[in-house]
Order: sequence, then C-alpha cells, then structure tokens
Amino acid sequence: MNPALLLARVLRAPSSIEGLTAPDWNALWAVARGEQLAGTLAHRIAGLPMPQAARRLVEDSIASAEQGRTAALWEAEMARRALAGIDAPVVLLKGTAYAAAGLSPLTGRVIGDLDILVPRDAIEDVEAALLAAGWEWVKPDPYDDAYYRRWMHELPPLIHRDRDKMVDVHHTILPLTARIRPDAAALLADSVALENGLRILSRQDMLCHAAAHLFADGDLAGGMRNLWDIHCLLGEFGFDGLAERAAHHGLGTAMRRAVRQAVRLYGTEAPPAWQGWDMLDPLFHRRLTARDVWGRSTRKAVQLGFYLRSHALRMPPAMLARHLWTKWRKGHRPA
Amino acid sequence: MRHLKLLRIGPLGFRIGSHWRGPIAALDDLYRDYPAPLDGIADFNVHLFAARPWRRVLRPSVHIAGDFVIPDAAPLPLAQGLLAAEMGMNLQVALGLRRYLLLHAAMVERGGRAVLMTGISGAGKSTLAALLMARGWRLMGDEFALIDCATGLAYAFPRLVSLKNEAIDVVAQALPQARFGPLLEGTPKGAIRHLVPDARAIAAMEQPAEPSLILFPRFGFEPAERPVLPSEAFVRLTQASTNYVTLAERGFEALTRLVQAVPSRAIDYPDAATALAMVEALA
Repeated sequence: MNPALLLARVLRAPSSIEGLTAPDWNALWAVARGEQLAGTLAHRIAGLPMPQAARRLVEDSIASAEQGRTAALWEAEMARRALAGIDAPVVLLKGTAYAAAGLSPLTGRVIGDLDILVPRDAIEDVEAALLAAGWEWVKPDPYDDAYYRRWMHELPPLIHRDRDKMVDVHHTILPLTARIRPDAAALLADSVALENGLRILSRQDMLCHAAAHLFADGDLAGGMRNLWDIHCLLGEFGFDGLAERAAHHGLGTAMRRAVRQAVRLYGTEAPPAWQGWDMLDPLFHRRLTARDVWGRSTRKAVQLGFYLRSHALRMPPAMLARHLWTKWRKGHRPA
Repeated sequence: MRHLKLLRIGPLGFRIGSHWRGPIAALDDLYRDYPAPLDGIADFNVHLFAARPWRRVLRPSVHIAGDFVIPDAAPLPLAQGLLAAEMGMNLQVALGLRRYLLLHAAMVERGGRAVLMTGISGAGKSTLAALLMARGWRLMGDEFALIDCATGLAYAFPRLVSLKNEAIDVVAQALPQARFGPLLEGTPKGAIRHLVPDARAIAAMEQPAEPSLILFPRFGFEPAERPVLPSEAFVRLTQASTNYVTLAERGFEALTRLVQAVPSRAIDYPDAATALAMVEALA
C-alpha cells in the first residue's frame, strides 16, 4: 500500500491500526513526520491497542505537539503586546488561529511560523512595531526583499532575535501577482474577536484561506497536512454559505477542488453538489500522496510540474521568466 | 533504498536505509550483538543516499538525512559510509529526541552509580569512557546521556565509541582484545576508528543508573580540580543539551533536579593516566 494512503486511512479510521506489521508502523511514522502530521496521528490513535514501541512514539508526539501549541500561543501573545499600540485589527491565521480558537479536531497539529493578517495601510506601522520589539529581517537579499514588498501578499519574513521564531505579516492571502484577488477588506471586516483582542477569520474565510493556500498558491508540498486542516474545518463548520463566500473571493474553483480531494483522501462528508472528480483531480491526488516508505517525497516529474504550476499561478509569463532567471543565477534550484 | 539495518542502542530504535551495501555491511558487522528495535518499530529513520542517481557509482558521495533535517549537512565519500551512518543516527537523536533530556556527555557506571563527563569536542570524553570501560566500568555511552525527565535516572546510549587521532592507539593498547571498525582516514575530524563496546555494556544497555557525579574534563592542562556550583553546571549543561529548549518546562525541571542532586567537578589533566586516577578518586 502507498504509505501516504496508509496514513490517510489511519487518520480517517484510527482502528485500522489493528494488524499493522512493524514495517507498516515504520512507514506510517516516517510519512507522518514527513507530512508534519505526527502529532495529529498520535492524537487520533491514542488509547487504542498497539505495540509498546508505537505507544511510546504516540506519547512523545503528543507531548511535543502540546509544547508546540504552548509556544505558538505565547508567540501570538508576544505579537499582541508588540502591536497593542497600533489601531488596526490583528488576525491570526492557520495553525495559531486553530489553536487559539480551540478547534479540537486540529489537536496535535504542528504549528510552524506565526502568521498574521493586518490591513495593508497599517503594514508599515506593524513592521516598525515588530522591529522595535526585537524581530529582525531574515532575507538580507535585496532582490528578495524588493520582490516581497512589491509583489507578495506578506512582508519578508521576520525572526525574533531571542526566541528564534518567525512571523509572517500578511495583508491579503494570495500574492498580488496572482490572477485571483481575494477580498482582503472583507476578510478583516468579518473576522471574529478573541478574548485577548486578537482576531481570527470567520468560519468560511478560514476554509477559503486554507483552500487558497493549498490549491491556488504553492506547489502542494506538505499538502496532506493542509488538506487534513480542511477536512477537520469542514467537519466542524459545515458547508453553509461556503460556496457563496468562496465565489466572492474568486476561490470557488480552489474550494471545490479542496472539498473533492478531502472527500477522496479523508472521506470527508460533503453534500452531493460538492462531490465528483474532474480531469485534473487524479493528478492532484498523485501529488498529495507522493511519499515513499521512508517519508521521502517521490514522483519527481509530478512534483516539478506542480512547482512550475505554482509559479504560473503566481505571476504572468514574462515576469515569471525574469524571476526564474534571476533566482537561477543566484543559485536557486527546485528541490 | 535497497539496503536496510534495524538496530537498538540503549532505549532507542533505529531504521537505517542506504543506497549502498557498504555502510549497512559495516553496521551489520560492528553492531552484530545489538538487538532489533522494540517491536521492530524504530524511533528514528536515517537515510544514506546519492543526491543524483549516477552518484551511486560515479565518485559516490553519501548524503545523510532522516525524519528530522537540518539544511546543508555535508556529504561524505562512500569509504566513510560507516561514519555517515553514525553521524546520521547522532543527528536524528540530537534533533528529534523528546522522550529524554539529552546531554552531550560520555557516561560510565559502577555499582549502579553513573558518572557523566561532558565537555567540548576534544575534551577527551570518548577516550576516557573507553579507558574506564577497560578498567571494569560499564560503558553507558561516549556521546549522549539520556536523562528521564520523570525519574531523573540516566539511560545509556552505548553506540560505537568514536575514537579520533592519537586516542586510537592509546585505546587499542588498553583494550587489545576489543573489536574495532576500519581506520577511517581523512574525515572532517581527522582519523577515526570505532570501538565496539564490550559485551557487558551491550547486555546491560537498557538498565538505567542513578547519576552520582558530573565531571567537566579538560585535556592538555596541568592537573587541577575544582568544585562546580549547581548554577554553573546548569548553564554549562543547557549548552550541552540539544533538546533542553524544546522540552521546555520538563527539561528545566529535569536539569535543575540533576544539578541540585548531583555534585559537579571540573578536572584538568595532562594525560590519560592522570585523568583516570582523578575520576576514580572522585567517583
């Protein structure tokens, strides 16, 4: 069995771990680590009968994810304090938002960088406040810096000099060069306040952002994790108003594909109108599940195709050619 | 990956895959008396691979990776494949271990009491551990000491002892009957030869011991000895731990308990004989 499909099967039906062989267990953990899903896997299967060695891995992963959650919420608090003097909403995105909102199906999720969304006209103040509070630039390259500022949906990443944690400050959820232009003002206007004054996206927008991130941007690396987020969010929030909201942001196609892929991989329950399978879906499915028993990514040709697609989504052809030429001269090669 | 080795060192299980037979054959030989991982399920995976298919045969160069990665780990020539496997295992433990507080230290045990020896590379940790093993101590490890955060007990990690440069002959003379790996010359750390821990170290590798002494040895100085305050030991051990920060509160509690319960000493020594006498007098 393809080890990525094995992981998907265990996530959707945890009791299917019964009867796994030692090589199955090894492949399962390797893929889960490769996809940043080890904590999620651990939470899904905790408490079920399993070999002692697997139980130890479950305990380690749960402890590790719990520490990650604490650290992520602390990082959000640090950002809140740094930005308290700025008169603009600060919206938590992705993993930190799920943790802050206490979305239980996403327990165990690895939380990487802190991602926040702020109004574009406040971004200079936000940048200044973060720099004053100890965050520093990570990308000293002038081309990258200029590229971010002119064309991206976020500031160049900042890293905190003491805590070594990164923050991505967004003003919208897709690059400015992409054909799709989500309604950033609506994302902010409909965001929901948390008790501490930080905000999270509305339910539908949380799903729109996850779908945009996975299917309208990027090369689907680590896509199983992002698709698991979508699966859980759909289970928690349902489909009410989702099609309309996604269409409003220009993300109807991405949202429908996200649902179809989640149905296929994780057995998400979806109304019939959301189901089906288009011509390109099999290719997306192949890309999402490209892992070997060591957790290493496989299907290099499919990967390269999606790498090129990610760039084609991001910018028009002439600009893309210039960008790739500049990056290539600087020594960058696709992984 | 065509070639596979499963093995257990102390409480940790490894699954090592390689594009080449050489590194796996060396592990099969040197780790022949080590058990398989508990239940056959590994805690860590190590990959030894060629970055491009033709580099498997043409000037083969061994890249090292695993579940936990750091950018740009330098590859090694295939002749040093055993070293690549050892580095791969160390790296996975250093980056991924969450079950124990990991201290970069050699450790030996006698009568249920463990002596930890920590210091920078070149302080003589591996040499002292091997020579103490020759004098009847149980070798618990020459690189990592694993501290159980809940109980404070020290767990062994008796991997192959990595001897460098002058230490190779010194230890070969003290342990004429011991098994050694091939002499690897021209590695990033000079000449390296691996020593297989003795049968007792392997047989007892799952038995923890109570830490009883922490030593900070320094090689190349006139003999000297001074007590180290818990506060200083704490700071130096945070620097000697790869997972103190990620373990957060658990790590802090384990480490404060260790430095408060166990005395620490700094020892300077000019040669191995002096060091052995100093360690045995203190322990």
